[in-house]
Amino acid sequence: MSRRIPLKIFGALVALWLVAPTLVVIPLSFTGQRSLAFPPERWSLRWYEAFFDDRRWVADLLNSLQIAALVGVLATVAGTAASYALTRGRFRGRGVAGALLIAPMLVPTVVFGVGVYALFLELRLVGTFTGFLVAHTVLALPFVIIPVSSVLSRFDTTLERAAAICGASRARAFFRVTLPVIAPGLLSGFMFAFVTSFDEVVVSLFISSPYLETLPVRMYSSIQRDVDPTIAAAATLIICFTSALIAVALLAQSRRRRVS
Amino acid sequence: MTAISPRPAPGPAADRPAGPGPRSGDAGGGRAPRSRRPLLLVPTVLLVLAGFVYPVGTIVVRSVTQPEFGPQNFSWLLHDATSLQVLGRTLVVAALATLITLVLGYPYAYLMTVSGPALRGLLMLAVLMPFWTSLMVRVFAWVIILQDHGVLNTVLGALGLGETHLLGTTTGVLIGICQLLMPFMVLPLFNAMRSIDRRVVQAGMICGAPPWKAFWRVFVPLSLPGVFAGSLMVFILSLGFYVTPAVLGSPRQELLPNALYTQISELLNWGRGGALAVALLLTAGVLLAVTTWVSKRVTGKAAGVTGGLEL
Repeated sequence: MSRRIPLKIFGALVALWLVAPTLVVIPLSFTGQRSLAFPPERWSLRWYEAFFDDRRWVADLLNSLQIAALVGVLATVAGTAASYALTRGRFRGRGVAGALLIAPMLVPTVVFGVGVYALFLELRLVGTFTGFLVAHTVLALPFVIIPVSSVLSRFDTTLERAAAICGASRARAFFRVTLPVIAPGLLSGFMFAFVTSFDEVVVSLFISSPYLETLPVRMYSSIQRDVDPTIAAAATLIICFTSALIAVALLAQSRRRRVS
Repeated sequence: MTAISPRPAPGPAADRPAGPGPRSGDAGGGRAPRSRRPLLLVPTVLLVLAGFVYPVGTIVVRSVTQPEFGPQNFSWLLHDATSLQVLGRTLVVAALATLITLVLGYPYAYLMTVSGPALRGLLMLAVLMPFWTSLMVRVFAWVIILQDHGVLNTVLGALGLGETHLLGTTTGVLIGICQLLMPFMVLPLFNAMRSIDRRVVQAGMICGAPPWKAFWRVFVPLSLPGVFAGSLMVFILSLGFYVTPAVLGSPRQELLPNALYTQISELLNWGRGGALAVALLLTAGVLLAVTTWVSKRVTGKAAGVTGGLEL
């Protein structure tokens, strides 16, 4: 065991490098100064006040939350239907369809961003709610399809057949038997879709306008221009929020493991 | 969901056709329920075709049609010194990011497989942390750390090691990218290593190999599928970083995605932007194909692109 001490020290250093940078943001958001100097010399809540007093920060936060919630629902419904067809169906082109639906995760987002920008310019969707919904849903689909397909492929189909033998229609068997079993997978899919949309910057930079932008877009332009600690307050709020969501998703997954 | 019309009595039993292919009677409808299931795919596939394939296709088409039909944008890409530099720099950064995450991730993943559940949980939590903290938050955190009066220089100064200048350099960009990509390296490595039977390594030692040799000749080759999957994912993903280089790097040392953004958003040059996009897609695509082929030859299995992503 003692021979592993250097390895453990190495692991601890790497873990520190992975975790510490993000945590720096939290104390900084309570700084009493105007600068981003770290560690802060005085403490205050003034940057949280600044965040909630600024109508644009709050509006962008609300935009992000609304878009992410709707994208979560859309991607979960579309992704679950697709996963069901992909895991159960035996038809030609299944592999191609699967690869197609996962592709948005692999193609660099900048390429997707300029493409969507070109399309949305033509359709006048730049800076619209619909535009954000479409672009983010496409990006979030793989993050639903991967966990949902994995629960579906482990699901025991004899349960569905038993329901069918008892006289349930296919739809009824799905909603009454399959859905409750795979629900934890759906929940984690929803959470990942939500977070994908909530965090998305690159595509959003292209399709936002001064009239409609999201929180990450505002953070991006704020970092480029005037850096004041309001952005640290925004970052801390985001950290708390996404951590809570992911905790729920992981809890759901561990419940799923116990079930299966 | 479409309701299935009344079925003949043996319906449920007919659910599982013996062969994998669709039955000959599929086109007739009604008879084989499986044929209806692709219907569920249609809306999603249409959405991805209209919202993803069409836009990306437009950009590819524009690379040969804007401002006029012909290969002029590609000859610009391959003859212009600046764009060649951008291309080279992007590949070097991606290769370095892959190497760094592999060198740091391999021992880390190994430690995860040999440690107890509590330590393993902590290490897993640390590696997943960058996964779910917002990209903007992380990039902002690196600004605070790397800036000239930032955390890093404060620490270095306190240790009496002098000052560094990292914000606005490619090194700074690499530090940010690698932190972000660690989970994509560690998770496939961990999955591959976890499935290795440790008795095989012991057998090597019983046969007289010293521990390092047993590790190198037995354990490392068995972990190669994880190495391939992780490296592939990290390399492909690191080609596409836009925000991190834009904030942590300098405009004079642009990477491909940033050059692409500039061409289209600022210079409105869709043709040249399209050529850069094609270069990015081709690099990622060729790499995907080559790595899949090599890993098939070496390990007998295709490196799963989504390897490790199933949390």
